[in-house]
Amino acid sequence: MGLCEFWGKRGNRLVRPGMLWKILGVIVIVAICAGVIYKLPMNLGLDLKGGTRLVLEAQDTSTVKVDEDAVQRAKEVIQRRVDQLGVAEPVIYRQGERRIVVELAGVKDPQRAKEIIGKTAMLEFKDESGNIIMTGDDLKNATAGYDEYGRPAVHFELTPAGGKKFEKATRENLGRQISIILDNQVLSSPVVQAVIKDKGIIQGMRSMEETKDLSMMLRAGALPVPMKILHSETLEPILGRESINQSAVAATIGIALVLLFMLGMYRLPGIMADVALAVYAFIVFAAMAALHATLTLPGIAGMILSVGMAVDANVIIFERIKEELRGGKRLRAAIEAGFTRAFTCILDSNLTTLITAGVLYIYGTGPVKGFAVTLTLGILASMFTAIVVTRIIMTAIVDRNPERYARYFGA
Amino acid sequence: MDVMGRRNLFFAISAIVILVGLVFLATRGLNLGVDFTGGSLIRVRLDHPVTAAEVRDALVAPELADMHLEKAVIQPIEGTNDVQIRAHVQGKPLSDPQLKRVVDTLSARLGSASVIEAEMVEPVIGKELLSKAMMAVLLGWIGILIYVSVRFEYRFAVAGVAALIHDVLVILGMFAILGREVNSPFIAAVLTIVGYSINDTIVVFDKIRENLKFRKRETYEELVNKSITQTLGRSLNTSLTTLLPVIALYLFGGATIKDFSLALIIGLISGTYSSIFVASPIWLIWKNWERDRQRKFAVAKAR
Repeated sequence: MGLCEFWGKRGNRLVRPGMLWKILGVIVIVAICAGVIYKLPMNLGLDLKGGTRLVLEAQDTSTVKVDEDAVQRAKEVIQRRVDQLGVAEPVIYRQGERRIVVELAGVKDPQRAKEIIGKTAMLEFKDESGNIIMTGDDLKNATAGYDEYGRPAVHFELTPAGGKKFEKATRENLGRQISIILDNQVLSSPVVQAVIKDKGIIQGMRSMEETKDLSMMLRAGALPVPMKILHSETLEPILGRESINQSAVAATIGIALVLLFMLGMYRLPGIMADVALAVYAFIVFAAMAALHATLTLPGIAGMILSVGMAVDANVIIFERIKEELRGGKRLRAAIEAGFTRAFTCILDSNLTTLITAGVLYIYGTGPVKGFAVTLTLGILASMFTAIVVTRIIMTAIVDRNPERYARYFGA
Repeated sequence: MDVMGRRNLFFAISAIVILVGLVFLATRGLNLGVDFTGGSLIRVRLDHPVTAAEVRDALVAPELADMHLEKAVIQPIEGTNDVQIRAHVQGKPLSDPQLKRVVDTLSARLGSASVIEAEMVEPVIGKELLSKAMMAVLLGWIGILIYVSVRFEYRFAVAGVAALIHDVLVILGMFAILGREVNSPFIAAVLTIVGYSINDTIVVFDKIRENLKFRKRETYEELVNKSITQTLGRSLNTSLTTLLPVIALYLFGGATIKDFSLALIIGLISGTYSSIFVASPIWLIWKNWERDRQRKFAVAKAR
């Protein structure tokens, strides 16, 4: 088709005026989508950018039962600890009644992060008869340093209330031992030499690193109940990058095959479906970005899969048009009937798929949820592009000279 | 195309595939991933390709003897220097110090080893995932049953869901036969197939429904045959357009989603097959059975 022909020999009008607005509408949608994709960064899942994901569960102890308040406070403590770790954009959320999920992208030392987040860090000061003098809650600040012998030690400052408790206890226990206990393990048992009001040190750490971690945990506070790590997942960023590259190759090849197949199978309408597919890709990516949805590896697979499903609606329509043409209809009428009749079929078949995507979303966790989101967006976008966009493109092209184009529909 | 006349042949094909699958399911069982069993999944990168045997030798070394890693599943990842190890210590995932010891031992025996992926799952999580997954599949079926009953009729709904059960059994059976790993992405794949296959079935049913409206003297058999022939082009074309990208994903998408794509490939094929050769015949048999019963009833009444 030469450009001259495309612009029309008889007039200088490319399409009917009403059509022009619709085409403009599609172009505007694509432009908005392109803008969104350009402006908003895609939110990558941990399996694509690397990082650590922890699922922690609050545990009952002989003295404390887990309740709503305890889990909420635990979440706050974890939040403070993560902040101390200095991880960019951590994600921390509740899951169910007693679980907390922590997602850390780009954490340098995942093992250490795991230890710091999961440790209860309950600090207790006890006298010789086992009475609790004060706890970690009475500390105002804690920093890592050294004791008088150059060994690593935590220097702490007390809150006014803690200071009063400690002053009283040290006066009463002069010459006797006070044990400093972390999570039921004795760190040290110094003999009280003098009355202490506002600060002190904790000894008994094996390394400077341990000392730093302990002071960090003491600053963030103890967990109100112990947390057990039920599930941990750590992935190096390099593996995520490899996954992205491999998926990109697979997606390119897969989509190219689909485009070629449609072109070979349906000729002119195939080209239109291919254009609609491009519009579809823009919409899905923009929607993902706009919804801050997380793109995961199964999510990419879902997208690639929905490309196949996206052309499905077009295939149904084109087959229908062919049928109508064979039945003796003129092209314009056949297109009208094709789209109208195919609609219920497309709606029914896609809604059933949406039902399963919904179930996946509700019951899935992590990557599976991501997959459900992309699948849902994919189905919705594909219905829109196949039914609306393809129709606009097709009508715009065919309208000018229906009889000429009839033969390109392969009837 | 006389699909309905040869329906017993198609049922037999399905039955054989499913039966063989069930035998494998019963005897060998599924190769469940750590998501389900609990334990550790570790991917280690070495500086040269290694074989499973080399890694196994390292894992049973005296310095790791206390962990009893004899039963660890070791899988070198094709085309890379990576090896994936699935293991547990007395049903529990490896602790961090244990993991460190494993990596140190591998480093000492096989040259620089570093962990690039580590997943530690407590068994309780796996049990939850399994029950949630079954719940999800079941709910999916119920949802579809209701929707199709409302939009079409209950016979279509039951026949459609029967085809879905067929697809799930085929995927599970094939994974048991091939010994491929079943993990949470696998569940996603199965549910996708449930969604896809019903989509496919609905298109055929939609045609039957339409043809029923204009039915004159044809038998149900002829009508279903006609409907299938009319939708065959579409069924094959969309299966191909969906299969092409998934095959590309399987071939080029990397080790992590290989099993996931394989489940999709098997499911897509089974889904297309069941839409044409399982769902429609079931509907037809049901419809014929009802017609015969009504006739008998009418004859009996006339007497």
